[in-house]
Amino acid sequence: MQNIYFHKRRKIVEKIFFGIFRLSSAINALALFIIIYFIVGKGMQAISWTFLTEMPTDSMTKGGILPCIIGTFILSLCSIGIAFPIGVSSAIYLNEYAKSGTVLRIIRLCINNLAGVPSVVFGLFGLAFFVIWLNLGVSLISGSLTLAVLTLPVIIGATEEALKAVPHTYREASLALGATKWQTIYKVVLPTALPGILTGGILGLARAAGETAPIMFTAAVFYNPSLPSSIFSKIMALPYHIYVLATAGTEIEKTRPLQYGTALVLIVLVLGMNLIAIIYRSKLRRRMR
Amino acid sequence: MIIFKRQTTEKTMQWLFFTIAAASIVILIMIMIFLFIEGIPIFKKISIINFIFGKYWYPTSSPPDFGILPLITASIVVTFLSSLIAVPLGVMTAIYLSEIASTTMREIVKPVVEMLAALPSVVIGFFGMVVFAPFLQETFDIATGLNMFNASIMLAFMAIPTICSISEDAISSVPKTLKEASLSLGATHFETITRVVLPAALSGITTGVILGMARVIGETMVVLMVAGGAALMPSSIFDPVRPMPASIAAEMAEAPFRGDHYFALFATGIVLFIFTFAFNMIADYISNKYKQSGERV
Repeated sequence: MQNIYFHKRRKIVEKIFFGIFRLSSAINALALFIIIYFIVGKGMQAISWTFLTEMPTDSMTKGGILPCIIGTFILSLCSIGIAFPIGVSSAIYLNEYAKSGTVLRIIRLCINNLAGVPSVVFGLFGLAFFVIWLNLGVSLISGSLTLAVLTLPVIIGATEEALKAVPHTYREASLALGATKWQTIYKVVLPTALPGILTGGILGLARAAGETAPIMFTAAVFYNPSLPSSIFSKIMALPYHIYVLATAGTEIEKTRPLQYGTALVLIVLVLGMNLIAIIYRSKLRRRMR
Repeated sequence: MIIFKRQTTEKTMQWLFFTIAAASIVILIMIMIFLFIEGIPIFKKISIINFIFGKYWYPTSSPPDFGILPLITASIVVTFLSSLIAVPLGVMTAIYLSEIASTTMREIVKPVVEMLAALPSVVIGFFGMVVFAPFLQETFDIATGLNMFNASIMLAFMAIPTICSISEDAISSVPKTLKEASLSLGATHFETITRVVLPAALSGITTGVILGMARVIGETMVVLMVAGGAALMPSSIFDPVRPMPASIAAEMAEAPFRGDHYFALFATGIVLFIFTFAFNMIADYISNKYKQSGERV
């Protein structure tokens, strides 16, 4: 008799705790929903064709955010242009060539640490090295290089995952046919892993587009009356624009709709890219199984 | 002849890839070097002890005070508070995802967590500033909604995805046989989770928690926009504070180039870097030292 009660109590405890676990997952979803709800709800009112395609006017209190959109696009594309080849090559070394040992451990340790460096420290590094020491100034190229360093671990991680997903039999078959290791990588492994590697590229792009602190001292300016014309131009960018309008503007309340609008454009851009990567990746995983 | 050429290409490619992979080492070392080059000069003016344990941060008054204890305290307290929220939520979500959720729910909840991770920090900071701060101000009837409490909550949701995804990996790689053994002894699913699965996955979960905390202590935009900005020792959770990253980001633009203030900000960067570096090393140590039960070595 007692045994039955005991068993029942255990079942009830289980129900309660599983309920709590469910609830905690729901809290995450709720948090995401609330943030998106407010940004989309209020941001939509600011979005119009002119907002997206015109320059800011009346000392940033009216007009559009075209230079910020263009700035963010160029900045993130340039940084990926730099980080992608380096990241993919690093991952190829780590996954295809390296033998486990001290060297591999040190490289991995450095990549993990690089991934954990605070974004503002990347900003300081960019300022000290690219802006001052290499004398590139506050410019598109300084910002891109800084962001490239920051996105490197993202790309390495995603590429490694993609390379690991290529079955060993593929490599063995190619090697058995007399191909060298490089030929195998180039003709067999990389084409198979390509979609996964590109997904990593998209994730890196999204990461670079959303970062603020690294470009604060290296590339971004509050206002630039002309669109970027060379790699040495100072540029405007969406994340920095939100920060400046929301904290440093003279008419913070008045520009609130512009801030919401800019935030909306940024999250559509960043979450859009992420969503593409997530959907694409889950499709790939299903195909791999 | 062809074979000879092929082998040369082989060797060249291997060296090329090795050199590129070594770039990460070079970059990390360069970050350290440049932080030190620009940060060390402040210690000619003030001793390391007085810099770290100095209670006053008034970099622009004359004579200036460069004591970053309030900034360090703010960073540590904010990290601690947000961990109180993020650790239980992150780990419980991970348990839900790997043990309880149906495939359909997984396909919904997992992207939610990934999207949470992908939200740009400036957007979370902006949300904390314009939505959550006024809400706090009204609800708790306090002077400002931009304070430590607000920052901790916003940061918690930035740490959750890190904690959750690493914990989830750890939990799902616990061997099935361990679970089956426990279930067949008559334990309920919940008992199996708490007594078998979680202990087996503990090193992975700890790694996740530490990396989540590293992300929080280094996060810049949220604390810059939401924490309130007062470089004072906090006495309540509703006090405005100025964690290290916020101080660096806010003041660097105004600091005269290679003046004392500029050097002091870089030195603050060194302290911040040491914090996150330590967190990462501990995480690495744990995940290597305590290989997960049943994991193939």
